[in-house]
Amino acid sequence: MKFPMTIAAIALAALMPAAEAAALQDSGDPLASARWADMQRTVLAGAPILFDPRVKVVAPVTAENPLQVPVTVDATGLGKVVEVIVFADFNPIVEVLRFYPDAAPAYLGFRLKLQQSTPVRAAVRTADGLWHVGGTWVNTVGGGCSAPTAGSASKDWQSRLNLVSGRQWSAGAQAGRVRLRIEHPMDTGLVAGIPAFHLETIEFHDAAGQRLMRLQTAEPVSENPVFTLQRGAVSGPVEASGRDNNGNTFSARIAP
Amino acid sequence: MKRCLISLLMLVAGVATAAEFDYGLRAQRIAGDVYAFIGKTEDFTPANGGNIVNTGFIVAPGGVIVIDSGPSRRYGEQMRQAIAAVSERAPVLVINTHLHPDHFLGNQAFAGVPLAALPATIEGIASQGNAFAENLFRLTGDWMKGTEVRVPQRALAAGTAEIAGRRLRLIALDGHTGADLAIYDVASGVLFAGDLAFFQRAPTTPHADVGRWLAALDQLAAITREAGFTALVPGHGPVTRDAAPLRQTRAWLTWLEGALRRSAGDGLDMNETLDRPLPSEFAALPVAANEYRRSVGHLFPAIEQEVLGAGR
Ligand SMILES: [Zn+2]
Repeated sequence: MKFPMTIAAIALAALMPAAEAAALQDSGDPLASARWADMQRTVLAGAPILFDPRVKVVAPVTAENPLQVPVTVDATGLGKVVEVIVFADFNPIVEVLRFYPDAAPAYLGFRLKLQQSTPVRAAVRTADGLWHVGGTWVNTVGGGCSAPTAGSASKDWQSRLNLVSGRQWSAGAQAGRVRLRIEHPMDTGLVAGIPAFHLETIEFHDAAGQRLMRLQTAEPVSENPVFTLQRGAVSGPVEASGRDNNGNTFSARIAP
Repeated sequence: MKRCLISLLMLVAGVATAAEFDYGLRAQRIAGDVYAFIGKTEDFTPANGGNIVNTGFIVAPGGVIVIDSGPSRRYGEQMRQAIAAVSERAPVLVINTHLHPDHFLGNQAFAGVPLAALPATIEGIASQGNAFAENLFRLTGDWMKGTEVRVPQRALAAGTAEIAGRRLRLIALDGHTGADLAIYDVASGVLFAGDLAFFQRAPTTPHADVGRWLAALDQLAAITREAGFTALVPGHGPVTRDAAPLRQTRAWLTWLEGALRRSAGDGLDMNETLDRPLPSEFAALPVAANEYRRSVGHLFPAIEQEVLGAGR
């Protein structure tokens, strides 16, 4: 179905390659989700949006393990990005995380928990205030959010809480990449008797104190989260620091 | 939409087979009194009803020893009929080689017959059996109707045992799961390798420890070099007269582990690792792409953790 485009969309389309411009649309969800209207109202407060192929959301078509569904959001084709919201229409907790790129490009890899098959989307706000939306369907065999995490079941998770391991790649095809893993159960609160317990904020700085990126993470992010980002033009060590919803903090240096 | 199409296809397949739910089991004679039922080298689907597994039996002097019971109550019942067509002797023992559902969900059809397995297998079936059965129900549909978990009660110990007048070497290994039983029938020289060996079908890894698995393959390979060895029945895929399934399983696991380690070392994330092409040697193997995809999910997080460091 074709819908008339707003003035903003038409202006934007004029600046883009023809194939991408043809895929721009400001209504009519390309993923045909019954919940899209709800999503636009609740997650984006009804703000005007543009379905934009430059917002790349990569995830497997079928997620074998609904507790660890890999997702990569790449909005580097959009220019200056202010905020990215990642959400899943049919998850019991819709919002997965938000990230705010500063010196780092608008790129983030992570894993999330899904309860059932759902679109996984990224809404990307550019400096002009417009939300650009991209996404992909992920099919699951269910059960990710209401299954207890392995962490809470094991005995020594408390002593390992918030331990960070990480690495930077300075040469080769992945030069400029930072990957880190934080030990945390990321309990959703949806399992009877286990309250929500999850990382809330994570920040990345360079050695001079310049912020690369800020993250707000919610319950659906997988247990022991692993993040992949690009450090951009920054060199030297990267400082990662953060806090969970119980006030436990961490801080770690990832050497180049 | 694609999802609706898949449900529709499943519905059609369900209707096509619902009339009979016939697995078409025919005992293949491996040697003397030793037989196997050879499943398809496919994924679980509503069309195959879960008949993707090999089961077997030995006609011993004191009765029939059954090795694995298949993916459903119906399979177990049809297996029992097919055994009766070969021998008038009654089943006297059902052995489950490990805790995967296609190897024990036919137990129900052997009511009154003792069910046996390694202790860790018994524990695993007791704690996770229902979840496995539910999952198989989702994947194969009505073939599973009426299937309930029957937990083996008799714990087997490693070593040579006299069962129903037959000498069996029970080899307790692990690596495919936490407890994998291989059975060597000394009289016939037939080795039932369970899921430690896959042949002409990519191995599955949901509970795998690759290092332990490779060590187990060494032990099985030693048996195939014994003078009396005649045949190897893998858990999935055709029977061989040599150690080819062990070699192929080893080659796959070695490549898989190495590929995931290289990928993590190069800084790739899980999505990028999933996107890596399979070498032609392995790409041609049935369900290779699907098993690779699943194995990335099962094995990559631990390998990635090693590459990222111990944590501080
Ligand atoms: Zn198995």
